[in-house]
Amino acid sequence: MLSNPIILNAFRFILLVLAQVLLFNHLNFLNFINPLVYVLFFYWYPIRENRAAFLLIGFLLGLVIDLFSDTLALHTVACVTLAYVRPIIMRFCFGANFDFQNFTFKNSTRVQRMTFLLLLIIVQHTLYYSLEILSLSHFVLILKKILFTSILTFVICVLLSSLFAIENE
Amino acid sequence: MQRIINFILRYRTTFLYGFLLFISLVFTIRSHSFHQSKYFNSSRWLSGSIYNTTTGITSYFNLNEENKRLADENEKLRSLLFNQAEDTLAAQYPRTDFDVIQAKITKNSYASPRNYITINKGSKDGLAQDMGVITTKGILGIVENTSSNYATVQSILNTKSNINAKIKHTNYFGSLIWDANRYDVVQLIDIPRLVPVTVGDTIVTGAMSSIFPENIPIGVIRKYGLNEAQSFYNIDIQLFNDMANLKQIYVIKNRNRPELLELEKRTADAQ
Repeated sequence: MLSNPIILNAFRFILLVLAQVLLFNHLNFLNFINPLVYVLFFYWYPIRENRAAFLLIGFLLGLVIDLFSDTLALHTVACVTLAYVRPIIMRFCFGANFDFQNFTFKNSTRVQRMTFLLLLIIVQHTLYYSLEILSLSHFVLILKKILFTSILTFVICVLLSSLFAIENE
Repeated sequence: MQRIINFILRYRTTFLYGFLLFISLVFTIRSHSFHQSKYFNSSRWLSGSIYNTTTGITSYFNLNEENKRLADENEKLRSLLFNQAEDTLAAQYPRTDFDVIQAKITKNSYASPRNYITINKGSKDGLAQDMGVITTKGILGIVENTSSNYATVQSILNTKSNINAKIKHTNYFGSLIWDANRYDVVQLIDIPRLVPVTVGDTIVTGAMSSIFPENIPIGVIRKYGLNEAQSFYNIDIQLFNDMANLKQIYVIKNRNRPELLELEKRTADAQ
């Protein structure tokens, strides 16, 4: 069943939303760190995507998480942007290999994959936390939140992605 | 014409991205200055019932602590009751301006600059926008949106929150706001310079609001200083409530509020 990409991604969508809103939104590590793990959806999504459909799925993912967290449209902005810049980040991380038809995650190195994940996380967190406060007088607070939350998100995402690594992808 | 269509087709993902980004930015910027969206919030049926289910499971873990808190409150209320003179005027004609509705928190949040709390009572139980919400220890927030079974509460830990508060046993009042830095500290502004202020003074809700009754505890003064204009105090208040650990809450309904609002509106219209 999980070999069908549509079912697999729908399954991931639901599980990541539930994990984010029921678990990670209430983590409050050191009283302010809530990792945004749904970035894994953008990391795991198939490489050859239909860009328009991917943008719409990203929009929906953000909207659902916003609805649960009462942060209307902050996650949506981050998700739509992630969906849009993903091919650019991929070309940057995987270089010329990315343009070949037979390119998969398997024939990329671990460093390349980690850089890809890290760049996604940085884009997402920068957008989310700057828009969340949206005031220059809180500049230090924004930087603090971006830095520490990114680190924790990265650690948790690396753990989760090695836990749920799928062989035939 | 052909070239325009070709141009649009070529950059269709960029246009789609721009369109989706525009929608979400409009929502975001609205949420900074206006009320929470009426349709997209966690009091809706789906999110409300999912949060309610998970709370049903996790609420067993802190039953002990919750029981102790309620027993402490009962003890306090009973001692008040036993020490009350039987035939005072107040006992014969109790004031019934305020109704109290108890509810439980199903989703709490305190790490973001605009925190909303979801509770398990809604318009079916008589809740409506702009009712005060308190806990046994002090003030918590104001009801923002209701669905039939759930409601969202704008926490005092919200940069949009602005509540009338005063120093206990005086009539000097100011506005209670939050600067988004610490979840256990809020700020009281607009207290004039001539007021004697001391660290440790208790802050309670003021009488200027139609939402909260007077004298609901908020917190104690932690430190204070003058603002840029040197004419008003900026006071940091340590909250009585532990905002990270909340369960049982009470919603306060002011029966006279519609009358009061109507009167205020008539006065404003007449001018």
